[in-house]
Amino acid sequence: MSGLVLQNVVKEFGAFRAVNDVDLTVPHGTFVCMLGPSGCGKTTLLRMIAGLDLPTSGAIRLDGDDITRVPTHKRNLGMVFQSLALFPHLTVGENIAYPLRIRKAQKEEQRRRVDELLSMIHLPSYADRPVSKLSGGQRQRVAIARALAISPKLFLLDEPLSALDAKLREAMQVELRQLQQKLGITTIVVTHDQREAMTMADTVVVMNGGEIRQAASPIEIYRRPADSFVADFIGQTNLIEAEADGQGRATVFGQAVAGLHLPPGARKATISIRPEDVHLTAPGAGALSGTVTFVRDLGGTIETFVDVAGRQIVAVSTPRARPEVAVGQPVGVALTPDVCVVLGK
Amino acid sequence: MTAFFRNFYFFVIALFLALPLIVVAGVSVNQKQTLAFPPEGFSTSWYGEIFLNPEWRNALVASVTLALFSAALAVAIALPLAWFLWRRVAPWANIFQLLGVAPFTLPPVITALGMLTFWATAGFYGQPWTAVVSHAIFFVTLPLVTLSLGFTSIDRSLVEAAATMGADERTIFRTVVLPLILPYIVSGYAFAFVLSLNEYIVAYMTVGFTMETLPIKIFNALRYGYTPTMASVTILFVATAAVIFGLVARFGDLPKLLGAMASDGK
Amino acid sequence: MRREPPKTFGDYAPLLFPAGMLTIFFVVPFGTMIAVSFFQRQQGGFYTPAFVFDNYARFLSAFFGGVLGFSLMLAIAVAVCCVVLALPFTYLLTRMARSVQVLWLVALLSVLSLSEVIIGFAWSTLFSRTAGITNVLVALGIMSEAKALTPSFAAVLTGMVYQAFPYTVLVLFPALVRLDPTLTEAARTLGASPLKAFFTVVVPALRNTITATLIMVFIFALGSYLLPQLLGRPQHWTLSVLITDQAIYQSNMPFAAAMAVFLVLVTLGLVALTVVAGRRGEAA
Repeated sequence: MSGLVLQNVVKEFGAFRAVNDVDLTVPHGTFVCMLGPSGCGKTTLLRMIAGLDLPTSGAIRLDGDDITRVPTHKRNLGMVFQSLALFPHLTVGENIAYPLRIRKAQKEEQRRRVDELLSMIHLPSYADRPVSKLSGGQRQRVAIARALAISPKLFLLDEPLSALDAKLREAMQVELRQLQQKLGITTIVVTHDQREAMTMADTVVVMNGGEIRQAASPIEIYRRPADSFVADFIGQTNLIEAEADGQGRATVFGQAVAGLHLPPGARKATISIRPEDVHLTAPGAGALSGTVTFVRDLGGTIETFVDVAGRQIVAVSTPRARPEVAVGQPVGVALTPDVCVVLGK
Repeated sequence: MTAFFRNFYFFVIALFLALPLIVVAGVSVNQKQTLAFPPEGFSTSWYGEIFLNPEWRNALVASVTLALFSAALAVAIALPLAWFLWRRVAPWANIFQLLGVAPFTLPPVITALGMLTFWATAGFYGQPWTAVVSHAIFFVTLPLVTLSLGFTSIDRSLVEAAATMGADERTIFRTVVLPLILPYIVSGYAFAFVLSLNEYIVAYMTVGFTMETLPIKIFNALRYGYTPTMASVTILFVATAAVIFGLVARFGDLPKLLGAMASDGK
Repeated sequence: MRREPPKTFGDYAPLLFPAGMLTIFFVVPFGTMIAVSFFQRQQGGFYTPAFVFDNYARFLSAFFGGVLGFSLMLAIAVAVCCVVLALPFTYLLTRMARSVQVLWLVALLSVLSLSEVIIGFAWSTLFSRTAGITNVLVALGIMSEAKALTPSFAAVLTGMVYQAFPYTVLVLFPALVRLDPTLTEAARTLGASPLKAFFTVVVPALRNTITATLIMVFIFALGSYLLPQLLGRPQHWTLSVLITDQAIYQSNMPFAAAMAVFLVLVTLGLVALTVVAGRRGEAA
C-alpha cells in the first residue's frame, strides 16, 4: 500500500525501552503530529523513520518497500531539525541547493529550483545572504525549503517551531499546514505543543512511555479521548471517579447522575468532562453541591474552581454566560451525561 | 581611583613583559658589535646579517623548514584522532588523547631525553627528519586541543541534516565537517608552527650535533660571547609570533580558542 | 548524529595513523628511556644493557638531595609569584572590552612561545652591566654606577616568572571568563568594596582553580632547563638543568634517564593531585 507503515517497532537503549511495540499507518499525503511529553519516545520514533536510529526490532515500510535498514542518505526524505541545522558556512541559496548538489544536479537546474523555493517561502532575492543574518522565522522557512528541495516522499519535522516566539509560531503553523496541503506531501511533525498539533494535523498520535495511546483526528482526540492520559494531556479536563450503584446508574461523589451509564459489568470508571462543559447553577436542583474556592478572570474566559466533596472541579465560561459567583459561595455543578466521557483503562 | 590603580597595574605588567624585548630591540640596532643600551648609533645591518651571513641564514632555513613540516605532521596526527574521538563512542581511545597531551605537559627535558635514547637506539640519531617527527610528537598537543575544541563546537545535527539530504559519510566530511573545522586546523597549525620555531631542547637533543636551528644557533653563539645578530633574531621571532597570533585572532575567535585550550591542561 | 561504537575495520581506520605515531614515537621512546635508566654506563659516553640500580642509588647523595630541594623550592616560588601576579590581572582582563582582551592575549601568546634561549638572552642583556637596567637608573641619578645583576638567584626567579606568567594567565583565563559576574555585583550591593569583593567572593569561589593552577605552573617551572644555567650560578641549577647537563655534556645517559624517570614520577604525582583537586572542584 502507499504510505508509511510501522510494524511492531521497538527501540531499546541498553535496558531502557524508548519505543515499545509501535504500529502505525500513515496514508500518503497525510499530515501527522506526534504529540507527547518529553521522553515519550516520539523523537526516537521520528529518528527511526529518518534512519538516524535503527530499530531494535520491527519493520518500517514506505510505499511497500522495507526501508528499515536503508541508510538515511538513500531514503530521499526531507527533514527539519529542532536546531534547524542550517549550515553556517553556506549561504541561504547554497543551503537550499545542498541536497541537489549532493545529487549532482545541473548548476542551472539548482539555481532554478532555489529561486522557486525562495519565492514559495516568501524570501525571494535572499539566495546570497549568510544564514547568520536571518531572523528566527526566516531561518525556519529556509530550513523548510531546504528539506523540500528534492520534493521528498516524506517530510519530517522535529519540534520545528519550538525556537520561535508564540505569535510567530502560530503564524508558521498555519503556513506550514497550507504548504503541506498545496504540495500533498506525507508529513510527520513531532511536537509537545498540543495547540500546534490541533492546528496542523490530519491525525494526532498521542504517545506516552514509548507507546501510542491514541491515534485519531484532532477533534476525535479532544472529544473522545481513549484514556485518562490522553484526556488530561490534550487540553484541560476534570477527571472524576464514578461508581455503579447496582441499578445501572452511575454515582459521582455519592450522588446519582441521571442518564450516565458505565460500561456493562464495570463497578468503577473514570469520567472526563471538559471545563467548558461544566455548568454552574444555583445550589440544589439535581446538581452536585460545592463551594467556590478561586476565580480566575482571563478576560475572554473565566475559570471557576469549585470544591466538591474535597475534589476540585474547574468550570470555564464566557463572561456573559457566567453566573455571578464569589469565593466561598455555595454553587451547584451540573453534569450533562452526553458530555461526560467514560474512559477505558 | 579604582580605574587608576587598574591601569597602573596593567602598565607595570606590560612593562615587565616588554622591558627585556625593548632592551633587546635597542641593542639590535647598535652600530658596533658591542652589547650596549641605550644603542650607540643606529644600524639595521644586524637584521640583514640574519639573511646574509650563511651560518645564520642556514639556521633560519633549518628552523622554518623544521617548523613547517613538524606542524603539518602534528596536524596530520591530531586531525584523524580528534575526528575519531568526536564521531565514535570508544572510551578506550581516550588513552591516545592522553598520549597526545602528555608530551607537552611533562617537563620538555623528558620528551627530549626519550627521543634522544630512542633515535640513538634505533640508529637514526642526528638525521634531520628525526627532528621533524620529534617536534610533531612534542607539539601534537596544540592541534589536538584546538581540534577537539573545534569538533565539540560543531552541532551534530548538521551531520544528520546532511545525511537526510543524501550525503554519505565521505561527502559529509568533505562538504560539512572539513569547512567547519578548517579554522581550527589553521590555528592548531599556527600554534605548533610558532612553538616549533622557538623550540630548543628537543631539537638540540635529537639533531643538535649535526644541524643548527635558530634557537640552537643563538645558544651556541651565547656560549662563545655576544653578537648583535642574536638580538635581531630575537626581535624577528617575537614579531613573527605576534603577526601569526594576530592573524589567528583576526580570522578566528582567540578568546574562545584559549578558553578551552587552557582548561584542557594545555 | 548519534555517536556509535566503531564496528568495521573502516570505522577504526582513522585511528591507525595517530595511534601508530604516538605509540612508536612517544610510548616506545619513553620505554627506551626507562630501560636506559637501568643500564650501565661505559666510559666514553656509551652504555651497555644491564639491570642495575646504581643510577638510582646516586639520588641518595647529599648533593642530589640539595638539587632536588632547590628545584622544588624554586618551582614553588615561581608558581606562587605567578599566581599572585596573574590572578588579579586575569580577573580584570576578563572584565575588559573584547578587543583589549584579544590584544593582550596575542601579546601573552607571543611571549609564551618564546624560546627559553631567547628569554635567557633577553634577561641576561637586561641584567648586564653594559646594556642593562642599571644604566637607566644611573641616567636617572638613582644609582652611581652600572653593575651586573646576573648571575644571581633573583635573576633566575625573575626570568622564570617572566616565562611562566603568560602560561599562568592562559590557565586562569577560561575559569575566570566563566565566573558569574553577578557574584561580585551581589557582594557590592551587600556593601563590599571592589577590593573586598575580590578577596571575599572571587578568590574563595576560585579556590580549586587556584590550587590546580599553582600545581600546573609548578610543573611548568620544573621543566625550565636553561634559565637557571643562563641567569644563575651552578648552585642554582635545577633537576632539568642537571638532566640536560648529564645527557649532553657528561654523556652519562643512564644517570640522566634515571633522573628523568624520577622527574616524571614527581610530575605525575602532581598531575594526579591536580585531577583530584579538579574533581573536588566539580563536586563543590
